[in-house]
Amino acid sequence: MIEADRLRKWYRVHRRPPGLRAAIHSLFRRTYEDVKAVDDISFSIAAGERVGFLGPNGAGKTTTLKVLSGLLHPTEGRVSVAGFTPHQRERGFLQQITLVMGQKQQLLWDLPPSETFLLNRAIYDIPRKQYDATLAELTELLDLGPLLGKPTRQLSLGERMKCELAVALLHRPRVLFLDEPTIGLDVSMQATVRGFVRAYNERFGASVLLTSHYMEDVAALCPRVMVIDKGRMIYDGGLSELVRRVRPDKRVRLRLSRQVERRDLEQLGTVIEHLDAEATVQVSQEALQAAVARALSSLPLTDLTVEDPPLEEVMRDLFAQGRAA
Amino acid sequence: MRRLLRTYAQFLRTGFASAVAYRAEFLIWMFSTNMPLVMLAIWAAAARSGPVAGYSQQGFAAYYLAALLVRLMTGAWVVWEMTMEIRQGTLALRLLRPVHPMLQWSADNLSAIPMRGIVALPVVGILLWVARAELAHDWFSWLLLCPALLGAWLLYFLVQAIIGTLGLRFESASSIFEAWLGFSNVLSGYLVPIDLFPRAVRELSLVLPFRFQLSYPVELMLGRWSRGEALSLLAAQWAYVAVFLVATRAVWRNGLRHYAAYGG
Repeated sequence: MIEADRLRKWYRVHRRPPGLRAAIHSLFRRTYEDVKAVDDISFSIAAGERVGFLGPNGAGKTTTLKVLSGLLHPTEGRVSVAGFTPHQRERGFLQQITLVMGQKQQLLWDLPPSETFLLNRAIYDIPRKQYDATLAELTELLDLGPLLGKPTRQLSLGERMKCELAVALLHRPRVLFLDEPTIGLDVSMQATVRGFVRAYNERFGASVLLTSHYMEDVAALCPRVMVIDKGRMIYDGGLSELVRRVRPDKRVRLRLSRQVERRDLEQLGTVIEHLDAEATVQVSQEALQAAVARALSSLPLTDLTVEDPPLEEVMRDLFAQGRAA
Repeated sequence: MRRLLRTYAQFLRTGFASAVAYRAEFLIWMFSTNMPLVMLAIWAAAARSGPVAGYSQQGFAAYYLAALLVRLMTGAWVVWEMTMEIRQGTLALRLLRPVHPMLQWSADNLSAIPMRGIVALPVVGILLWVARAELAHDWFSWLLLCPALLGAWLLYFLVQAIIGTLGLRFESASSIFEAWLGFSNVLSGYLVPIDLFPRAVRELSLVLPFRFQLSYPVELMLGRWSRGEALSLLAAQWAYVAVFLVATRAVWRNGLRHYAAYGG
C-alpha cells in the first residue's frame, strides 16, 4: 500500500549568525546549505498495517509524511501510495488518503463542525447515503452528537481533535497519516483517539502510519515501528523485538506490606525506585527467574509484576547508541 | 463538470456562512473602502470654480461614486489569505483535498458579494440621486457592465493569486502586492480619473491591465465609450483575464514544486 525506495528529501536553508551585522550582510550575500531532512530511507507498509514512526524532533518524520501525502516532491527516490505517485496529486490519490496533523486544523474556525462536514462531502463527492452512514458511525464512535452544532472556536482542544478526526475520515480513506494526533490531549482523550484509530483500522482495513511523542500511542496501536534519526532509518521491525534488542533487562515492580532495607532489594538487581511500600528493580533476562523466586521467599510482598522498561527509555537508549556509533 | 458545480455551490454557501459569522467586522472593513469619497471631496472643491479637464462637481461625484461601487463589488483579498496560510503551514491541509485551492479561495471572495451589496446599495441610491444626468443613457453600456465587473473582479483576484503564489517560493509575497497596489491605485483610475493624466500616461493606460480593474467599468457607467469602443475594450479586458489565468496556472505549478510546507 505504501512504498518508499531510497527516498531523499533535502532542503536548501539560508544560514546566518545572529546580530545586526550579520543581518545587513545577509542582505547582499547569503549562505545556503543543504539540510538532509530524509536521507535514503526505504520501507514498505501493507494494507491494513499499523506502523509507528518514531524519532526525536527534527529526525525527518513529518517531512516523510509530507512526501508520502504528496505535499513535498522528493529530492531523490521513488514513492508510491495506493498505486499512485503522491506528488502528482491525482484526484484518485487524494480521495484515498488523509493526513491529520495534531497542530493544524481543517475545521472552519467560526462555523460549527457540521459545516466543515458538508464542505468535505462536496469536496470528496461523497454520495448522500454513504455520508449519512459514515457520519452516524463517526458520531457514535467519537460521541460527537453534542459538538456538531457548536462553533468550532467554542470547542475544547479534545473536542476539536475528535471533530478533526471525523472530518478527516469522512471520505473513508484507505491510508491514514497521523502526525501527533494526540498532542496536548488529556489521558482519557488520548485513549479515546487511540481506540477510535484502532476501530477505524479494523473496520475499513486502512493502513496507518503514526508519529507520536506519546509512547503509549505507539505501544497501544502499532505492532511495528520504524525509527528514524537524522534522516536515516535506524530500526524497522516489531515493537517487542526493538525493546528486547535495545533494553533486554526487565523491570520487577514490587508492592510491599512494610518498608524493607535497600540492601535487601539490591540482592535482586539494580534498584530503580525505592519508596515506603513500593520498589522497582531492574534485572537481566538471565537472572529474572532467580530474582523473582528470591523476592517471593524473602520479601513481605503484596504484589509483584514483571514489565518491559518504558518505551521512552528504550528510545532514548536507541538514539544514544545510534549517535555513539 | 456537474461535480465541480456542486462543489462550487457548497463553497459559496460555506463562504457566505463565514462572511455572516464575521458580519460586524466585515461591515466595518467595507466602510474602510472610503478613498473614493476622500478624493471626491478634494476634486469637488477643486471644481467649484469651474470644470477640471471636463469634470464638473457633479461629474466628479458620478465618477467617484461609481468607482466606490466598482471597488465594493470587485473586492478580493486572496493574497493575504494565501500569505497567512503559507506562513502558518495550513495551506498543507488545503492541498490535501482533491479540489484546486484557487476554486475555494475564489468562492470565499465571491460569496461575500451579498454582504458587500448591503453597503453598495445605498451608494447606488446616492449615485442615482446626485448624478443621474452624468450616467450612461445607452442600455448597451449597462449590458456590458456585468461582464466588465466580472472581468474586473477576475483580474483583481488573479493578480493577487499570482503574487500570493510567489509565496510558495519566497514564504511571503505581500510586499510585492503592496508595490502592485501602488501602481494599480494610480493607473486604474482609483485615485484620479485617467482623463486627468498627461496624454502619454492615458495612452499607456489603454495597454496596461490596471485600467480594466476599475476605470473601464466606471467609464461604462458614465457612458464614455461608443458601443464599438466599449466592446473592443471588453475584449481587451478578457484577453488580460485569459493571460492572467494561464499565468496563475503556470506560477502555481512551479510554486508547488518548490513548496517547503514548513511548520508542523
